[in-house]
Amino acid sequence: MSLLSQALRGGALALLLGAFAPVGAAQAEEIRTPMIAQGCAGCHGQSGAGMGAAPRIAGYGRDAFIATWEAFRDDERPATIMNRIAPGYTDEEVAELADYFSQLR
Amino acid sequence: MNGFSPKITRRHFGALLAGSAFTLAAPAILRADTGPRLVVIGGGFGGASAARFARINYPDVNVTLIEPYDSFVTCPYGNLILGGRRELPQITHSYDGLRARGVDIVQNWAKDIDPVAKQVTLADDTQVAYDKLIVSPGIGLRWDAIEGYDEAASEIFPHAWMGGDGSQISILRRQLEELPEGGVVGLAIPPNPFRCPPGPYERISMIAHHLKQHNPRAKILAFDAKDGFSKQGLFQEGWEELYGDLIEWIPASEDGTIVAVDPQEKVFISEFGERHKVDVGNVIPPQYAAAIARDTGLADESGWVPVDPLTFAAGTAPDIHVIGDANIGAPMPKSGYVANSTAKQAVASAIADLRGESPPQNPVYFNTCYSHVGEEYGISVAAIFRLDDDGEIAATPDSGGVSPSGPLSEQAHNRRREAEYADAWYDSITTDMFS
Ligand SMILES: Cc1cc2nc3c(=O)[nH]c(=O)nc-3n(C[C@H](O)[C@H](O)[C@H](O)COP(=O)(O)OP(=O)(O)OC[C@H]3O[C@@H](n4cnc5c(N)ncnc54)[C@H](O)[C@@H]3O)c2cc1C
Repeated sequence: MSLLSQALRGGALALLLGAFAPVGAAQAEEIRTPMIAQGCAGCHGQSGAGMGAAPRIAGYGRDAFIATWEAFRDDERPATIMNRIAPGYTDEEVAELADYFSQLR
Repeated sequence: MNGFSPKITRRHFGALLAGSAFTLAAPAILRADTGPRLVVIGGGFGGASAARFARINYPDVNVTLIEPYDSFVTCPYGNLILGGRRELPQITHSYDGLRARGVDIVQNWAKDIDPVAKQVTLADDTQVAYDKLIVSPGIGLRWDAIEGYDEAASEIFPHAWMGGDGSQISILRRQLEELPEGGVVGLAIPPNPFRCPPGPYERISMIAHHLKQHNPRAKILAFDAKDGFSKQGLFQEGWEELYGDLIEWIPASEDGTIVAVDPQEKVFISEFGERHKVDVGNVIPPQYAAAIARDTGLADESGWVPVDPLTFAAGTAPDIHVIGDANIGAPMPKSGYVANSTAKQAVASAIADLRGESPPQNPVYFNTCYSHVGEEYGISVAAIFRLDDDGEIAATPDSGGVSPSGPLSEQAHNRRREAEYADAWYDSITTDMFS
């Protein structure tokens, strides 16, 4: 089965099963979350939708995502924690994160 | 209460490979659907995360979750109950969200695992067959480690270190409310490794937060079997500023190791025989992996389960992946976030193996542990773990670490933000487990 049809099946099933998550989240699930982005969900909500004080990162422009990440990494942007997290990821990983979150709406 | 004391004889997987009579004895199979069967033991941080991740990413896989309680009480944010800032229902989570995703929830204890027939035996002797098994049963308490501290004693000196049915944290909260004016709260804190390295110190903070408002002449004596602890500088800085001399921390080198207790007399007894009278006692005993991981021979002499750092497959049984606190994950802490993060790699690896593919390479395991020191006062430690050149788990150099230190006059903004981020973490991670 292709990744896409698999993901679509997951999404369709989610819709079928009804009101356990907002529709936006169910749709976002159709775009498969790469393993590297899984850790983000522990604070930034499902599919980067944001949660309480942790900002929304879904729909962040690709270049802006990378620029923001680099600013955290270089401690050039005020932060409590992202400045500690950002240096732990490689450029390739950051690019993958940027690709993923910029695809989400 | 829902105690767990199955009479299971200790059996080793090595011996089992020679042949198991067990399959013949109890042939009842709980379900026989088409599609691969992923069975998960334990519906906590590791197990619930694994079940949910599997349903979202592998819709063709049948997922069964075995968990004895009908809802899950988190240890995280339990300390906020002690501080009077949360109530039990706010940290209790239903399995209905997982049911709605198609997870088959079996409310029972797993009492044995047959790695040859690939079956889990439940407390009522029914069997659940698996193609891949995820084991995330958390910790067991070493009842033999502190003399006089057994299950009965924990009704008087609660540990409140496992969620269970929520009664342990509720007992401790009630005892704090009933503490005599100017009374003494004692804590006994275990040596490494144990569940949630900063947990006891957040607990001290939240108890102090409660006492400062309701019983300001009371005192906390925190007896520790160690000479240092997680985020120590930050905690001690916060304690001094917020609570003054309400808290006294007694390290191992100053006879802080509690070796015995007398619950009737309400006494803690130290290594050198000193008797400390307390009004409320919170005994957090030394720990090992939960019984199901030890009684089946998955754990080694250390009491914890050795696993492959790439797939979390148990050393003794390749189709059994052990995640969460029960495994040997050092240098990763035994935290809910690590259980959640590694659950996903374990499931992806298990499914890949069933499909004849290789596990996801270059995994990143993520952890942040927030702690509440006071109202609007949060601190954190973060780490990004990877496999090093030898395939061992290691923290990524030059990243992670703890919040900056400094007086509240300089750090108030950061402390408040981190308290808010802690709340965001709690809501996000429990959504990633149960929704
Ligand atoms: C006071 C405190 C504060 C904490 N704060 C944080 C925090 O802020 N952040 C953080 O990341 N971590 C925190 N933790 C740590 C976190 O609770 C654990 O690391 C996490 O629960 C580990 O997940 P687990 O899946 O291994 O075990 P658990 O979450 O304990 O889940 C194990 C489940 O398995 C079930 N089970 C056990 N035996 C069997 C069996 N034989 N059959 C079927 N089911 C079984 C249990 O009922 C339980 O539901 C804290 C811990 C404590 C004590």
